[in-house]
Amino acid sequence: MEEYVNRTQLQEFENNVINLYRDKQSPLMQILQESQKLYGCVPFEVQNLISNELNISTAKINGVVSFYSMFSLVPSGKHIIGVCTGTACHVKGAQRLVSRVEDALDTHYGETTEDGQFTLAHTRCVGDCSKGAVVMIDDKMHSKVTSDNILDILEPYRKQ
Amino acid sequence: MNRKALEKIKNDTIKLDPDLFEKKVKTHEKEIRVVLQNCDIIDPENINHYIVNNGYFGIHNAVTSMSQEDVIKEVIDSGLRGRGGGGFPTGKKWNFAYKNENETKYIICNADEGDPGAFMDRSILEKDPHSVLEGMMIAGYAIGAQTGFIYVRAEYPLAAQRLQIAIDAAREINILGENIFDSGFNFDIEIRLGAGAFVCGEETALIASIEGYRGMARNKPPYPASNGLYGKPTIINNVETLANIAQIILKGSKWFRSFGTEASPGTKVFALAGKIKNAGLIEVPMGITLGEIINDIGHGVSNKRKFKAVLTGGPSGGCLTEAHLNEKVDFDNLVALGSMMGSGGMIVLDDHDCMVDIAKFFLDFSVDESCGKCTPCREGTIQLYKILEKITNGTGTKEDLDKLYTLSKAIKRTSLCGLGLTAPNPVLSTLEYFYDEYLAHVVDKKCPSSTCKELINEYIITDDCIGCTICAKRCPVDCISGERKELHIIDQEACIKCGECFASCNFDAIITL
Repeated sequence: MEEYVNRTQLQEFENNVINLYRDKQSPLMQILQESQKLYGCVPFEVQNLISNELNISTAKINGVVSFYSMFSLVPSGKHIIGVCTGTACHVKGAQRLVSRVEDALDTHYGETTEDGQFTLAHTRCVGDCSKGAVVMIDDKMHSKVTSDNILDILEPYRKQ
Repeated sequence: MNRKALEKIKNDTIKLDPDLFEKKVKTHEKEIRVVLQNCDIIDPENINHYIVNNGYFGIHNAVTSMSQEDVIKEVIDSGLRGRGGGGFPTGKKWNFAYKNENETKYIICNADEGDPGAFMDRSILEKDPHSVLEGMMIAGYAIGAQTGFIYVRAEYPLAAQRLQIAIDAAREINILGENIFDSGFNFDIEIRLGAGAFVCGEETALIASIEGYRGMARNKPPYPASNGLYGKPTIINNVETLANIAQIILKGSKWFRSFGTEASPGTKVFALAGKIKNAGLIEVPMGITLGEIINDIGHGVSNKRKFKAVLTGGPSGGCLTEAHLNEKVDFDNLVALGSMMGSGGMIVLDDHDCMVDIAKFFLDFSVDESCGKCTPCREGTIQLYKILEKITNGTGTKEDLDKLYTLSKAIKRTSLCGLGLTAPNPVLSTLEYFYDEYLAHVVDKKCPSSTCKELINEYIITDDCIGCTICAKRCPVDCISGERKELHIIDQEACIKCGECFASCNFDAIITL
């Protein structure tokens, strides 16, 4: 099985994250969120570490990881593209935008490009509904996106 | 911290910035801003700005001159009902927890705004976070809790950040912490982030999530008010509900009742979006008519199209049509019309939107977000989705429509939590008001709104084309040709039927066969 987090990183994770939350009440979610933030995923090696340190079974931890859509087992791409598919954006043609991005990046909704540059993430609603259709790239919100400007918006991220 | 110090901050801040509240936010004459009173006016990262508008005077008055019973009575008298969608009377809820003798109790602010299409909670959290903190403190004082949690959905990083800044600022001047206003009341607040699960907006699922489990609902009773977070009495209130509290305490229940209707007092924030000209957040008194919201405040449907329906209540709600424009918008009336208030999202649709497609869209959402614990919701929503898929791809039959109805009713009767109990609502509501459209799909194999791709054989440009070239520019496979100001033609061999041209035409010149 491929490993995404090496031994040194695991040691750091134990020192800096697990020890910080260890004595708090029900710290699991917060620890998983830190892993997702640091490594872009919560791989099995991190789940094992948490299991040993907090005495929670890996089955339970994996159950939580697989339940929430924000946690992933493999790292996401360098840039995360979230074409909002909430109701307001749906009626503003979000589905057509998704097709455009899929074609432009040669990937599928929910997947990562082969070069690891982009993840076209499942995105339900980012809460900017009056300015739909909305596309979130990393932490930046692009509003009133149409089929005309979606490719221009993507362009700068291709090189970075 | 005491009243004098609070007054001093207020006066000093106003001296520094005398025009602070002169800044007017443009609102329609039918709007009344209670919850949004500070939004876009104050600097949300400056606690002093909040104090200028009598911020934290509510909690001060509560802990220094009111008993817990007084606070609860005021909220009960105000008739405030939960703004998250259920509409349960807030004061009554608090009373359950107050009466419980357990020493440890919790307040949770439900900021897991999951309805795709609603964004009022996000706006309140980002633009006036202290109003939510103060509401939580008053709730905490009323029921006897010392700890509050705010469960923010992970998609709202800025909201979480602003809340943390607000909490730190309130702690610094000892508004949050121990012995608040020398009253002996202790209260502190922690933020917990969600991780992308719609069902966590349901009380018991939310509690499970904070406790570090899969966000799955459980049977009620026992209700969280008696057996909630870590088994302790817990009150869960929505963001907008809490943002009302301080003003009810400050100005009284009578003032609050001066807005809205007898059974649904106060104002409600709605998020207008979709095919509407004037999209955005509005705050109106309950009982306003749907037409006033859509036509007067929202300025009607955009792009010369025709109003078709408005979706309220998100994946749990339904649709309202032209026939309902004179209906009053309040908790009970919307339910009577087969929809629901929900958190206040209003998505406007025009005649290019297919109601079957919308129902399918919502079911896709519910299938995705069902936690999987109870069978009716887990399996039932998938079956509903499959039938809707059949209908939209042209293989549906009239029997399928009956099946949709029967299955929807069964899911509504037997599901465990709010998600499953309401997931069939979009189907039932569209079946009721747009049965003809369903019939067109299954009998004529046509989609009257030209939305369902499998029912479209070709896109054709009619003589109405003025040669604006927009469709040709937008076509991803360059299969539209024609000179500027002349009739354009679609090369049917090359056309991939993506629908881009149809959506781009402003002159209704493209039709589908």
